[in-house]
Amino acid sequence: MSDDIVNIEINGQPVTAKKGQMLIEVTDRHETYVPRFCYHEKLSIAANCRMCLVEVEKAPKPLPACATPVMDGMKVFTRSAAAISAQKATMEFLLINHPLDCPICDQGGECELQDLAMGFGRDVSRYNDRKRVVKDKNLGPLVSTDMTRCIHCTRCVRFGQEITGIQELGTVGRSDQVEIGTYIERSVDHELSGNIIDLCPVGALNNKPYRFGARAWEMVAKPMVSPHDCAGSNLFGHVLRGKLKRVVPQDNEAINETWISDRDRFSYEGVYSEDRLMAPLIKVDQEWREASWAEAIEAVRDSLRTGVSHEGDALGVLVSPNATLEEMYLLNRIARHLGSQNLDHRLRRRDFSDQSSDPDVPSLGMPIASIDSLNGVLVVGSNLRREVPIIAHRLRKAALAGADVGFVNPEEYEYHFASAAYVDAPLDRFAEKLAGVVAAAAETTKTNVPGSISKILADVKVDETARSAARILSENDRSLILFGQIAARHPNFSAIRRLAAVLAELTGAQLGFLPEGANAVGAHLAGILPHRGPGGVELEEQGRDALGMLASPRSVYMLFGMEPDGDLADCALAEQALKAADKVICFSPFVTQSLLDCSDILIPLGTYAETAGTFVNIEGAWQSFDATASLVGDAREGWRILRVLGNELELPECDYQNASEVSDALAAELGSGAIDSALSSRAGISLQSTDVADLTLDVPMYAIDSVVRRGKALQSTQIAAETREGGSEA
Amino acid sequence: MSIGWLSEHVREEIDHWVAKFPDGRHRSAIIGALQAVQHENKGYLTPELMDAVAAYLDLPKIQVYEVATFYSMFETEPVGRHCVSVCTNISCMLRGSDEIVEHLERKFGIKLGESTPDGKIFLKREEECLAACCGAPMMMVDHIYHENLTPEKVDKVLDTLD
Repeated sequence: MSDDIVNIEINGQPVTAKKGQMLIEVTDRHETYVPRFCYHEKLSIAANCRMCLVEVEKAPKPLPACATPVMDGMKVFTRSAAAISAQKATMEFLLINHPLDCPICDQGGECELQDLAMGFGRDVSRYNDRKRVVKDKNLGPLVSTDMTRCIHCTRCVRFGQEITGIQELGTVGRSDQVEIGTYIERSVDHELSGNIIDLCPVGALNNKPYRFGARAWEMVAKPMVSPHDCAGSNLFGHVLRGKLKRVVPQDNEAINETWISDRDRFSYEGVYSEDRLMAPLIKVDQEWREASWAEAIEAVRDSLRTGVSHEGDALGVLVSPNATLEEMYLLNRIARHLGSQNLDHRLRRRDFSDQSSDPDVPSLGMPIASIDSLNGVLVVGSNLRREVPIIAHRLRKAALAGADVGFVNPEEYEYHFASAAYVDAPLDRFAEKLAGVVAAAAETTKTNVPGSISKILADVKVDETARSAARILSENDRSLILFGQIAARHPNFSAIRRLAAVLAELTGAQLGFLPEGANAVGAHLAGILPHRGPGGVELEEQGRDALGMLASPRSVYMLFGMEPDGDLADCALAEQALKAADKVICFSPFVTQSLLDCSDILIPLGTYAETAGTFVNIEGAWQSFDATASLVGDAREGWRILRVLGNELELPECDYQNASEVSDALAAELGSGAIDSALSSRAGISLQSTDVADLTLDVPMYAIDSVVRRGKALQSTQIAAETREGGSEA
Repeated sequence: MSIGWLSEHVREEIDHWVAKFPDGRHRSAIIGALQAVQHENKGYLTPELMDAVAAYLDLPKIQVYEVATFYSMFETEPVGRHCVSVCTNISCMLRGSDEIVEHLERKFGIKLGESTPDGKIFLKREEECLAACCGAPMMMVDHIYHENLTPEKVDKVLDTLD
């Protein structure tokens, strides 16, 4: 038997455990429940709640299971008289100062303290003195506080220290005066801080927007997938009588572990924004009027038929990268059926010159969980914490475990770990700076670069920072280049991507992309691209890309789930093109003045919470979900609207009965053909400095899509305020 | 920026404490740092000073607040310039510390934990054993021990303060 294994006995059952494991890990694995408050699998051990006391043979006193390492031959009793009496005594102490206001507490019904008090509490309190009262803290718009309920488990404090890396909460004062708080009033601002709501085992930290909204047992939990970023965090939506009341994480070790970003948690408020489009609207003689669904679909059909009758090229289709795979596939089919190849989801991209060498799908190139065990990462053009908070968390884990992490960014964003190199790459000289790193890599690895590039690299200045950035990749065997959204939105994107690809080749690093939106991968699979059909099949006749179809205006536009004044690289260009068009058909959950100004038909679309669908994340996982909430007003699920429209347009084989039939049809079309996520860029590069003065490349975290922009609580956070003040240009 | 609140001397003092602990354990120097800062600031700490210590040690501000609010030696509100702590632990209590406290409270018209309105005297809140049981009852005035107290002796000590 290996030295690492010890034999112990739990309640008379012999079990084996790894040396150094804590008792509670072993009991948990063998489904022997030991009550606890402060212990949490993902956090360090504090052993300050004392609820997990168990009896260990030959130990004079009960021992905390969370902080007692296993020893060979240990005999543990978790339900013996001594263990139970210790647990009951702890519970009695914990309840001394707890207000027992469960009937008015949001945590009631899902409270660890309440549950354990049922098991270990006395029915009558022996405590006759005054209970302590603690003033509530204002932690900002996301987390509500009732600090009198706090039992000082310090999970929230440790979360700050260990998970986010910035300790915002602490234990202030001592003994019976101790309080959890910030001391000086301030909000908790980290983009993952909403997770302290789930960590808090009592009702001290709760969900502020949800406050007094529902009782836990009245709601139904339905699985959802994050609609805002490419990680595809797993969520549960809690629904009361068809209304989405709150969003909580669903454990998935492969993607989001037990955390979710505040954006995923609180964006649901946007679903119930006051400017939801409640019924189809049609513009007749410059006057808007409500229409029935039949009328509206007919109007769309007729607009498409007449507008596109002689030439498919007259139609331009712009699709949100947050649309579901099903919606995208149907849009692809409809547009191609009408003879138009002008469809695109890459709404904020500015440089399409090298799109023919795009990979079939953008990909991380590895499972998300593997980021933890990388030992060298270079982030290129990404405000990662704001773009994909869950990936940023994984990256921090890797960095804390010893990985070298470097950045090529226009700004030194705060990551709460020591970076191994920071290449300051101002936006107008971004390609040149990245070229410096490539040249350094060529120098250190003594490898030749492709001829066309080597000439350009010869003139690039290589400095020490560039060398250390290159070494991160060349000297580590598990290295990754994370290509972010700032780089993807850059006017010189093709050159930057080519350089990143060469850098990956030189150093043996993996090149991973972090595309915008929840379903950019799905959009590539479904063929929401002007030059490719489903599965990355090259089209003979290529259409116009997102920018091109606005720069040379079309006569008919279909906008799906996106807002022309917020979701595009060049909103002013869009306004001109849309106003000049004959017909603009908007499928949108919301109605705004700018939509009313620019469009002719408005079709009320269900949001991510109200539709069944599939998102494909950057590791290529197809994650399907059912509709969580009831549709607001007369809105309909996107795939249903498009199916009916398809039928009206006599699209063959378009009688899908549910969303999964649509995705199955796409899967069948994709067949078993290998999807190639490798990039084979042949782009020529130019290191000319580019004029980027007026461009928003770092889109603020809470302005990324139409739903988030309407999340009231998110919009009142410090993060939102900072990006507003600092202007959108970072 | 906030480091500017710290004097040259205080910085030297903090460096001295940091050097005593292993690399990466500079969090342990908070106590020493706060003592030095409080000493230079008439016996109490302000948020600005605590932030300055946090900035100087490169630690989250809250970790400094935690220490400052935990230890009774640190004051986070303005107090009188002379700090008077009367031991009320068992030996001193048996030898009449209650009388001494009563005398002080009557003399200055304030309770333990309060300062005189003229900002001269601060009666430290209930003090635990200061390890001078052989001279009980005792008090500490500005870090100096006075033992075998009687009300008269207390008056004599405190009346000479400026």
